[in-house]
Amino acid sequence: MEIFGIPAQALYGQLALGLVNGAFYALLSLGLAIIFGLLNLINFAHGAQYMLGAYVAWMLLSYLGIGFWGALILAPLVVAMLGMALERGLLRHLRDVDQIYGLLLTFGVALILEGLVAQTYGWSGMPYPNPLPGSVDLGFMRMPMYRLAAIAISLVVCLAVWIAIERTKLGAYLRAASEDADMVQAFGVNIPRLIMLTYGFGVGLAGLAGVVAAPVYQVSPAMGSNLIIVVFAVVVIGGMGSIAGSVIAGFGLGLIEGLTKVFYPAASTTVIFFIMILILIFRPSGLFGSTR
Amino acid sequence: MTSSTTTLAAPQSERRMTQRRRMAELGLFAAIVLMLLLAPLVMNPFVVMKIMCFAMFALALNLLMGFTGIVSFGHAMFFGSGAYAGGYAIKALGWPLEAGILLAAASAALLGLGTGVLAVRRHGIYTAMVTLAFAQMLLFLAIQAPFTGGEDGLQSIPRGYFLGLLDTRNEFQLFLATLILFVVVFLIVFRTVHSPFGQTLKAIRENETRAISLGYRTNRYKLAAFVLSAALSGAAGAMKAAVFELASLTDVSWHTSGEVVLMNLVGGIGTMLGPIAGAAMIIGIQEFLSGIEDWILVINGVIFVVVVIAFRKGIVGEIIGFLARHEGR
Repeated sequence: MEIFGIPAQALYGQLALGLVNGAFYALLSLGLAIIFGLLNLINFAHGAQYMLGAYVAWMLLSYLGIGFWGALILAPLVVAMLGMALERGLLRHLRDVDQIYGLLLTFGVALILEGLVAQTYGWSGMPYPNPLPGSVDLGFMRMPMYRLAAIAISLVVCLAVWIAIERTKLGAYLRAASEDADMVQAFGVNIPRLIMLTYGFGVGLAGLAGVVAAPVYQVSPAMGSNLIIVVFAVVVIGGMGSIAGSVIAGFGLGLIEGLTKVFYPAASTTVIFFIMILILIFRPSGLFGSTR
Repeated sequence: MTSSTTTLAAPQSERRMTQRRRMAELGLFAAIVLMLLLAPLVMNPFVVMKIMCFAMFALALNLLMGFTGIVSFGHAMFFGSGAYAGGYAIKALGWPLEAGILLAAASAALLGLGTGVLAVRRHGIYTAMVTLAFAQMLLFLAIQAPFTGGEDGLQSIPRGYFLGLLDTRNEFQLFLATLILFVVVFLIVFRTVHSPFGQTLKAIRENETRAISLGYRTNRYKLAAFVLSAALSGAAGAMKAAVFELASLTDVSWHTSGEVVLMNLVGGIGTMLGPIAGAAMIIGIQEFLSGIEDWILVINGVIFVVVVIAFRKGIVGEIIGFLARHEGR
């Protein structure tokens, strides 16, 4: 069967791959959006923390023999803990200065993390074994089992986070504090602690994405910095306004990237940036963004 | 308008102050040029040329970051495109060095116009993200484009005459050519910052809403600053390509963008001489540690963190602050 002169199998294959990429875009931009909402910080270290998640998973397996599913719980916790230490130790001191310094600080942290990991394990990638070999027959195509799982994990996590933020009390605190932190503090909520936990949660999501990514891509020091710049473009396209927006933009742009790979492979690395240009021309605050 | 007498009196003393500061800046710059001229006696002239190239680049970024308040995290796209355009003109078309530099500045300016129109639509950290994304896009295009040499870059770019006078195949004359361009770039930035146009940029930096309410079309001013900054970065990139006979993907990479921001941060954002001090310091550290190059990422990162936490004004900014406190006494 062919669609627009492209074999259907190739089309479906790239679309599936696009969805997998989109799963990572969604998880990462979700974490960025949560952090930005409360801390007003563009967390440049997000890519490095994603990479760290993958490396922690790799270390858990290599040194302690803890497999993928254990790492899926443990590695995000480790990354979140390191993130909270970073917030407590350094980021907290930048609360009252221009936002740009937070970006610069986390940029520095990203360089340090990437450099240290490269020093220890080298620049070349290391494979991480696939925890779910085999493939499933979806009727119209065969899909590697693990990739399906990666998409599912991302969807479930994104949905759970969305429900947690929109429907729970803690989520209500978070939303209220994003609007007016001083007022919420006046009501007796410990804002500094909420900020620390929020940052930890956001980078924990990055760590989780890193663990999920480990079996799909190779574990390498540069895996985060290459990805995070694309995610920044995704964020500009989606806008920082809504949690759901970042998830939809993430998956949608992953799909578009996959489609581009089928129809015009040369543009596949740049198509998201082109879309960003269009968005900047026609809807500067992003698809789901509020004008800030 | 009862306060008109006081407001008239204040600017006069202030004007004297800025006049004095301006002369001090020029005097110090002359001293720096003299030091640069003598530096090859004690250190590798190519290190000094590298410092000058990156100082030009940092000066160009400072025009935007320090004096207009626009943070570009993708300035390597202008530096890199300048390096490629200049390198291509010199190597493939056989143009003389100064023509290559002009073409580099022109192409970087054009790129700056295209990206700037979009980048100035957003503010603060959004601009930083947008410029970073543009630079990454250019990196991908540079990997694919037929004339950039892909992963290898443009290698062995020949050295020729500069302005028909200096034979840059000779190391000292190449050094002089770099120094001349460095002085020209500094004077352009200096003149711009102290012009009425530069004053408007500073007004936008301090309070854009107010500048708009005073009738300034701030986006046009911001765009003009963006384009000028891009053009100067392009010229710096072309000179770098000529000095090292190489234009490569590193010149366009986000590492380079980050490095030039770091130079400004270390030297002092929004000071005239800060970018030069910052470039000298960062390049100096890298050369000093050339045995352990792999640590450069970590060291740059640590400097970022330390400067952001401990002295955000940078070296020159702290010195100016120190002097101002003593003068005030």
